Amino acid sequence: MPEPLIEMREVSRRYDEGPPALHEVSLRVAPGESVAVLGPSGSGKSTLLNLLAGLDRPTAGTVTVDGVRVDQLGEAASARYRRARIGLVFQFFNLLDDLTVADNVMLPAQLAGMARGTAQRRAAELLGALGVDRHAGAYPGRLSGGERQRVAVARALMNRPALLLADEPTGALDTAAGADVRRLLAELHADGQTIILVTHDLVLAETCATRTVRLLDGRIADDTAAELVR
Amino acid sequence: MSALSRVVRSGVGRRRVPTVVIGLVVMIAVTSAVLGASLMVASRDPFDRAFGQQRGAHLSAQFDAGAVTPAQLAASARADGVAASAGPFPTTQVTLREQRGRRLPPMAVVGRAAPDGAVDRPELTAGRWASAPGEIVLAVDPGRQGPPVPLGATWTLPDLPGTPTVTLVGKARSVSGTADAWVTPAQVAAWTTAGGPRGYQMLYRFRAAGTTAQVEAGRAAVAGAVPAGALTGAVSWLTTRRDATERTVLLVPFLIAFGVLGVVMAVFIVGNVIAGAISAATRRIGILKALGFTPAQVVRAYLGQALVPAGVGVAAGLGLGTVLTKPILNQTDRVYGTADSGVALGVHLVVAAGALLVVTVTAWAAAARAGRLRSVDALAVGRTPRPGRGRWAARWTARLPLPRPLTLGLAHPFARPLRSASVVAAIAFGAAAVTFAVGLSVSLNRIQEVEDVADVRVMPRFEGSREGPGGGPPPGGTPVGEEPPSLDGPAVVAALTAQPGTGDYVGLAQTEVTVPGVTGALDAVGVTGTNAGRYYRMVSGSWLTGPGQIVVATPFLTATGTRVGDTVTLTGRGVEIAVRIVGEAFNVDGDGMQVVTDLATLHAAEPDLAPATYFVTVRPGTDREAYATGLGEALRPAGADATTVSHEPDEMLLIIGTLTGLLSLMLVVVAGLGVLNVVVLETRERVHDLGVHKALGMTPRQMTAMVVASVVVTGLAGGAAGTAIGVAVQRAVLDAMAGGAGFALPASVTDAYRPVDLLLFGLGGLVIAVGGALLPAGWAARTRTAVALRTE
Ligand SMILES: Nc1ncnc2c1ncn2[C@@H]1O[C@H](COP(=O)(O)OP(=O)(O)O)[C@@H](O)[C@H]1O
Ligand SMILES: [Mg+2]
Repeated sequence: MPEPLIEMREVSRRYDEGPPALHEVSLRVAPGESVAVLGPSGSGKSTLLNLLAGLDRPTAGTVTVDGVRVDQLGEAASARYRRARIGLVFQFFNLLDDLTVADNVMLPAQLAGMARGTAQRRAAELLGALGVDRHAGAYPGRLSGGERQRVAVARALMNRPALLLADEPTGALDTAAGADVRRLLAELHADGQTIILVTHDLVLAETCATRTVRLLDGRIADDTAAELVR
Repeated sequence: MSALSRVVRSGVGRRRVPTVVIGLVVMIAVTSAVLGASLMVASRDPFDRAFGQQRGAHLSAQFDAGAVTPAQLAASARADGVAASAGPFPTTQVTLREQRGRRLPPMAVVGRAAPDGAVDRPELTAGRWASAPGEIVLAVDPGRQGPPVPLGATWTLPDLPGTPTVTLVGKARSVSGTADAWVTPAQVAAWTTAGGPRGYQMLYRFRAAGTTAQVEAGRAAVAGAVPAGALTGAVSWLTTRRDATERTVLLVPFLIAFGVLGVVMAVFIVGNVIAGAISAATRRIGILKALGFTPAQVVRAYLGQALVPAGVGVAAGLGLGTVLTKPILNQTDRVYGTADSGVALGVHLVVAAGALLVVTVTAWAAAARAGRLRSVDALAVGRTPRPGRGRWAARWTARLPLPRPLTLGLAHPFARPLRSASVVAAIAFGAAAVTFAVGLSVSLNRIQEVEDVADVRVMPRFEGSREGPGGGPPPGGTPVGEEPPSLDGPAVVAALTAQPGTGDYVGLAQTEVTVPGVTGALDAVGVTGTNAGRYYRMVSGSWLTGPGQIVVATPFLTATGTRVGDTVTLTGRGVEIAVRIVGEAFNVDGDGMQVVTDLATLHAAEPDLAPATYFVTVRPGTDREAYATGLGEALRPAGADATTVSHEPDEMLLIIGTLTGLLSLMLVVVAGLGVLNVVVLETRERVHDLGVHKALGMTPRQMTAMVVASVVVTGLAGGAAGTAIGVAVQRAVLDAMAGGAGFALPASVTDAYRPVDLLLFGLGGLVIAVGGALLPAGWAARTRTAVALRTE
């Protein structure tokens, strides 16, 4: 296995009440891999993504992404880490309603200090590639679910992240739109994008992922890569 | 615990910021209300109250000791209309010298065994009454408060043989102003035997003394009861009262202005906070109603949520108000000469009831609206994303060449125009308060400044050997029918010219003239000197450029129906002098009826008229004390003496200054709290968006910058509006203060602001806004992203 992009070692995340959301999870992901994380509701999938994105900190264990010890980052450093290395796609899109589609897509680059003009060009390019360029000046509220998720993906790709994290990206979409987003993610993977994909959608896991990890009560119950090694 | 009270309890606990803000705002409003109302109560006819408490003298009469016997004076108590009397008390005039060598102005000293009797009971404010020779009690001058002289201080009497020493044993305040100092009768006798001027003082109360005519009738009756010519001077209580009320009249428009500003602001902020809390809870209200709460129950629940912290705020405010009011009332007591001011229970009750009423009504209005919302709508309100207002602003600011977090924040206020307007208003109140406060104190100090132009005063020296009829002028004003002694003008000017350090000086000669259209005689002041105009402030027209011109104050113009440029005829000693009014000055002397002219003008009627007083302004860097001492020595051969003029600020100005500072600080804090509350509300509502921003890589610092930037527009708008309001209020209050007395103020007094000041006050709004936003900005920066994003 080449140098892993993600290295999680015995990571646990405990909340004040209840059983741990994650319990001693270890995971290595190589660059270019596309991993589908499956598991029932409450099994710790989103917690895992949050830890990778630096939005949350483990109570034990280490998380290394692209050479960065994510579990040790402070608030500002983790923001810069996300900006530079992570693209996030959510179930409910999380687009900002008061900004146009183009402004939404440009935002991560602008937060990183990119000039408006440069950001505009890159956003136009991405929106074109994802087939939503005619909505650039519209507000997200006007778009269909599938279009919104495409915009969200464009925004996630804005800073050319090393790692794309998607939490149930098709969870809020109808069948047709879901298929659309599925295709998009598959293309991205084909282009070499490393993706961690949390989903209930077995078809999505099937089409987009080269590997599936199944979580159960905060533990890895099943990992296809491990089977391969075995 | 009922379901309703549980809702209230959990509401108060959960919405901590609105709860704390309501409590604090109510507390501050109540504090300032207690302060203002107590001062209003204390300012109600303070002179009359003090006069009643001390059984003040309607007439303080001065008699020639050589022309009347004590027995004859005692008998004058049975004169027509006299209700009560005190005296005769022996009087004299002394000049005290400090250990450092400085001579005090001559003092009228009265010999009294005790501060009691049927008329004029001076109130001891420190120490005790004089009981032995060598002990002296000083009168506390209500108008001015020099550096406090400690009890036990000693002075010498340089003009008496053997330069005897006196020790300060007490301080007392006579509302009637019957003496500059008191000693034992035996002491007066000792000093007059040694050569001091001798006289007697009698103090009368009349059965009727409400009008000048009644007091004059009483004076005539007293004069008739003693040998002709024995009565050398008398001061009416009406004169003293007029001087006293002129000072207190300043405070009232000022208090009203602040009171109105404070109450409006409190209503406004409390209303806003409650409305904000309720709008944030609209979804919760929907759920409550869906669970079967009636609209009335909802209203009661939210009313309770406002009244609990308001009640705590009222209690705290009453306490704080009482504590803060105490020292200020002590000050006003000193100024007014009263002793009875306190925070009245009535004030407490009215303020508490008023505050709770205001909170109830405001909360009711806001809650009733929420209570009437249909459940479906209320539930929908909570879920629907904000309407897309203000997107034009977001598009526009996005183009600004500024970092993105700033341009994002700048657009925020436009998304909620109504709420932003309320923030602008809150900030405007704060900025208006500061602008007004600073402007007012600048103006009042400028009024004071003109009195401080003079450093040293030259007056005739009262030689110990001089056998005067009454021993110089009695305190409390120039007495009726006595000419002030005048100075040897050329000799004084020669001494002034020779004395190093002399800057400008003015000599003032006083006489009386009549003017057509005004009954009775008016004061006329003949000025002479190097730059007399320096000692007056012009409202319009120009200063005198030669004889035949006069400068008058607004009341004169009003009374005579004249204008600057008109010619009037003055009549003095039967001689008519035609003069032209060249200027209008801000001159409160003689109730604004004084005529100021070149001394040469008056020489046409009174060739011998000479200045009784010179005021000198020393050159910068000159020691006033040393200058006065030196000049005093140089003037000794000319029979004149020099003393420094007190530059102590007027105590009323100090009170107004303290109050302005305190009240504007409170208004600024309240404005800041208003901003804080709104920004907290916004942050709560935007918590999800904030989470998205963080997920996209916004650092805490960028987030703080964004939230702070979100109040920049409102802060600037509020600052600009507030500055304009503050300037308008300052003008209105000054006009009310001066206009009440019939005066117009010079532009140099009313124009208190320089452009740079206005700019600073405008930016002050920004400071308030940023101050109020910093705390919630910090909270926003620390939002847990993972949690924020879960609230989908
Ligand atoms: N902020 C939180 N506080 C307390 N418990 C939490 C929090 N976030 C997640 N959990 C708990 O952690 C467990 C895993 O949650 P999550 O990772 O969201 O599950 P999934 O995404 O697989 O549905 C759940 O039991 C959830 O209730
Ligand atoms: Mg989840």
